[in-house]
Amino acid sequence: MLSKKQLFTRGMLDISPHMLSVIPFGIICGAIGVELGFNPYLVYAMSFIIFGGASQIVFLQLLSGGASSLVAVASVGIINSRHLLYGAVLSEYLEKLSFIKKLLISYVVVDQGFSESNKFFKKNRSEEYLHYHLIGTGCTMWVCWQIATLSGIILGSFVPEELGLKFAIPLTFIAIVVQDLKKIDHLIVMITCGLSSLLFFDAPFKSYIIISPLIALFVAALLLRLKK
Amino acid sequence: MTLVSIIFAGILTYFTRMTMIALISRDRLGDRIKAVLEYVPSAVFPAIIFPGIFINDYGAFIEMNDPKIFGALVAVIVGYFSKNIIATILAGLISYWFLIFVVFS
Repeated sequence: MLSKKQLFTRGMLDISPHMLSVIPFGIICGAIGVELGFNPYLVYAMSFIIFGGASQIVFLQLLSGGASSLVAVASVGIINSRHLLYGAVLSEYLEKLSFIKKLLISYVVVDQGFSESNKFFKKNRSEEYLHYHLIGTGCTMWVCWQIATLSGIILGSFVPEELGLKFAIPLTFIAIVVQDLKKIDHLIVMITCGLSSLLFFDAPFKSYIIISPLIALFVAALLLRLKK
Repeated sequence: MTLVSIIFAGILTYFTRMTMIALISRDRLGDRIKAVLEYVPSAVFPAIIFPGIFINDYGAFIEMNDPKIFGALVAVIVGYFSKNIIATILAGLISYWFLIFVVFS
């Protein structure tokens, strides 16, 4: 049985490689906000209040492009609606927590944290304080994101644009799913999602980001039925 | 951009994170739904990966000889065999930089 501290540290370690892509992305995110002419305090407030990488950039870009606040807020909600799926998966492991703890832990659930903690949970179901792993991944992400976006806001885009570091984001997610490529059912689900996301890319409010997972999960359900 | 719109966006985002963890009881999900949820990572992350590779900053499809496609392929191969996140990211970035700074420059 691992202690709370050990689980927290393990979570920190498991998510830390992703900081290689998260930190440059955070710096870019902060710098873009200031470049687009927004109040630096408000740009930083987003990292604290929304705390959602890509959705913050979309929010800024929509508003600077003249979209209404309603459209911008709705887009953030739709982009982040994928967390509903993460929550549904994680709820199995967080069931025993008190309501207040569930409310607190929810704030730090992010893509990479969900994925790394979910992998850990699957292998260590019997651990009593499992949720400390999720707190470890989430808090690491939170601290790095705050520091990265703040540095981008204060120092400007000191990461040269020519490096194309936004490309590190798809790479970080490739690292997450690549081991499942050898399972044919997962491969089919991934291709379905990927192709759908390109097909629906122009759908309003960036809704491709939730439409394509839903299509892919539908295909997963069909595959499960075939397997039986 | 006002603080109010940020707060609304934040509340909405928080609800997407919190709803399924705190408000929905796991027992209400049937066994079939639980089985489908096993596929969530594979069903969600390609929606971040594919547009990040195949669509440029202006929302248009890239050319088929774009260095990002090569970088992504290298990342997949290195990631598959190394099982290492840092190696995957670096392999993708370095092969991408090699093409844009050395080969195509």
